[in-house]
Amino acid sequence: MDLKGKKVTLHDMSLRDGMHAKRHQLSLEQMIAVSTGLDDAGIPLIEVTHGDGLGGSSLNYGFPAHTDEEYLNAVVPKMKNAKISALLLPGIGTVDHLKMARDCGVNTIRVATHCTEADVSEQHIGMAAKMEMDTVGFLMMAHMVSPEKILEQAKLMEGYGANCIYCTDSAGYMLPDEVTEKIGMLRAELNPSTEIGFHGHHNMGMAIANSLAAVDAGATRIDGSVAGLGAGAGNTPLEVFVAVLERMQANHGVDLYKIMDVAEDIVVPLMDQPIRVDRDALTLGYAGVYSSFLLFAQRAEAKYGIQARDILVELGRRGTVGGQEDMIEDLALTMAKEKGLI
Amino acid sequence: MSKKLKAVIIGPGNIGTDLLMKMMRSEWVEPVWMVGIDPESEGLKRAQEFGIKVSSTGVDGMLDHVIEDDIRIAFDATSAYVHAENSRKLNELGVIMVDLTPAAIGPFCVPPVNLKQHASQLEMNVNMVTCGGQATIPMVAAVSQVQEVSYGEIVATVSSRSIGPGTRQNIDEFTRTTAGAVEAVGGADKGKAIIIVNPAEPPLMMRDTIHCLTKETPDQDAITESVKNMVKEVQKYVPGYKLVNGPIFDGNKVSVFMEVEGLGDFLPKYAGNLDIMTAAGLRTAEMFAEEAHKGEITLPAR
Repeated sequence: MDLKGKKVTLHDMSLRDGMHAKRHQLSLEQMIAVSTGLDDAGIPLIEVTHGDGLGGSSLNYGFPAHTDEEYLNAVVPKMKNAKISALLLPGIGTVDHLKMARDCGVNTIRVATHCTEADVSEQHIGMAAKMEMDTVGFLMMAHMVSPEKILEQAKLMEGYGANCIYCTDSAGYMLPDEVTEKIGMLRAELNPSTEIGFHGHHNMGMAIANSLAAVDAGATRIDGSVAGLGAGAGNTPLEVFVAVLERMQANHGVDLYKIMDVAEDIVVPLMDQPIRVDRDALTLGYAGVYSSFLLFAQRAEAKYGIQARDILVELGRRGTVGGQEDMIEDLALTMAKEKGLI
Repeated sequence: MSKKLKAVIIGPGNIGTDLLMKMMRSEWVEPVWMVGIDPESEGLKRAQEFGIKVSSTGVDGMLDHVIEDDIRIAFDATSAYVHAENSRKLNELGVIMVDLTPAAIGPFCVPPVNLKQHASQLEMNVNMVTCGGQATIPMVAAVSQVQEVSYGEIVATVSSRSIGPGTRQNIDEFTRTTAGAVEAVGGADKGKAIIIVNPAEPPLMMRDTIHCLTKETPDQDAITESVKNMVKEVQKYVPGYKLVNGPIFDGNKVSVFMEVEGLGDFLPKYAGNLDIMTAAGLRTAEMFAEEAHKGEITLPAR
């Protein structure tokens, strides 16, 4: 694989996807420490919101320590070069949240839908594009459908006004060949001026390999997370990916030692638990289940005595999609009743 | 004079047709007119086969017949954009409007919670909120009828096949309207609504989760009884409304997990979200008819 001289824009997820692993409890000080460290290391784009995006604050997903507005107002003014992005899932957040984020100085809006439901994003992508924001369509759980279906949905989002389309491996299920095929098709068929992005999870230990495959196939934006702080077994660990890109002489613009230090000195100490491929995270990848279900399934195991792994496999069998966290307790209750535990 | 109130359905799509099929079994409401804007529409043809009078020129095509056919109830299953005009024209002729669109000009109506009140006041336009609202607000109300609820949150998960282009293009309207009705009708100080669209095949049954935060420690026995009673009330018009799990209690949080199976009249059984709208709309009209028959309310004079 020859990535020499290829331009890769790295996008940090630790303050958004990492919120899942922190049960949305990052403090403003922690957000500022991580984001200023990343800015100083040369990371160009940093996502900041509740783990489930703008408006994610809820009993269903967890109330955060601070509102999205408070986080954004704390972080945005501190940035010297880095831009801030915000995620929005239609059905959870609304265009009102989007406007709030824009008013806070957010540069990039990423509108996320399940990979077959792009048409719920028209309102939000249209509004972000109209406000001349960097507007991204983010197709989640992209392992569940064919490359042709991803392309069809990507074209919808492109038509609504997105200037960048992501193929998102929310479950950490994909293997590199699948990434190559899907990203390759998007690159070949979308408007040449539309950027392509890839978002990986490390549940099968494939996040670095998948991200390389994505770049090789034409993706220019790669999501990762410093020290891997993200849902499930975490996102593509950014300091590792930077080191790999460095050896491949790709054009990434990040200071390797500085990002290593952010990982080691700031992010690892704030983790509530090690972010690693434990048996439950591995099950997410293996069964193709949305990564943020991890801690919910583990809590259900503690409460109802049903193994998290069994719950996750059943959720995969039922074809659950991102956002269905409420299914986890419901299913655990049903399984516990069937086993006579409650 | 027959006790049945005569009705017009506006919008011969999935909702209007399902409503028509339910209405043909009703003891209180008789479908007389079906209104559309496309003479070739399947829905109008189907209505005609059922012996219903049809207009393919919108509401205007049947206004002249309102008095002679003694039309008393209208159901609008079109869109928020045209609802206001439909309602104005029919209200002027003394027709009560049941609004199945997101327009929400009139007050929200969730039958087991506040229908009686609307009927007794002869409210001339009532809005049926959203499918997610019909499925969940009775549960929020079941808790708030026992003790004060500071926060109510509902999560509606619907199959991809059961949600049409109108909802998809304006999904924010769903979350806003439902959250507003969780407060206004459910009785929560603050409401939040989330909708998830799931494309699994075979399509999943509509499911709903309702979380409430009570101000004081929840009275578990009283809330459990209230929830079970409310489920029975909804089952009177949606037999497939099912309590799957709960209520379960975690501190001041009360959670209820529901599944809604439709009757499978015109819409498939998994589309409980659409069924609960048509059933609630019909139930609403029936209550007006019952109250009028008992002499509790007097319909506009003609």
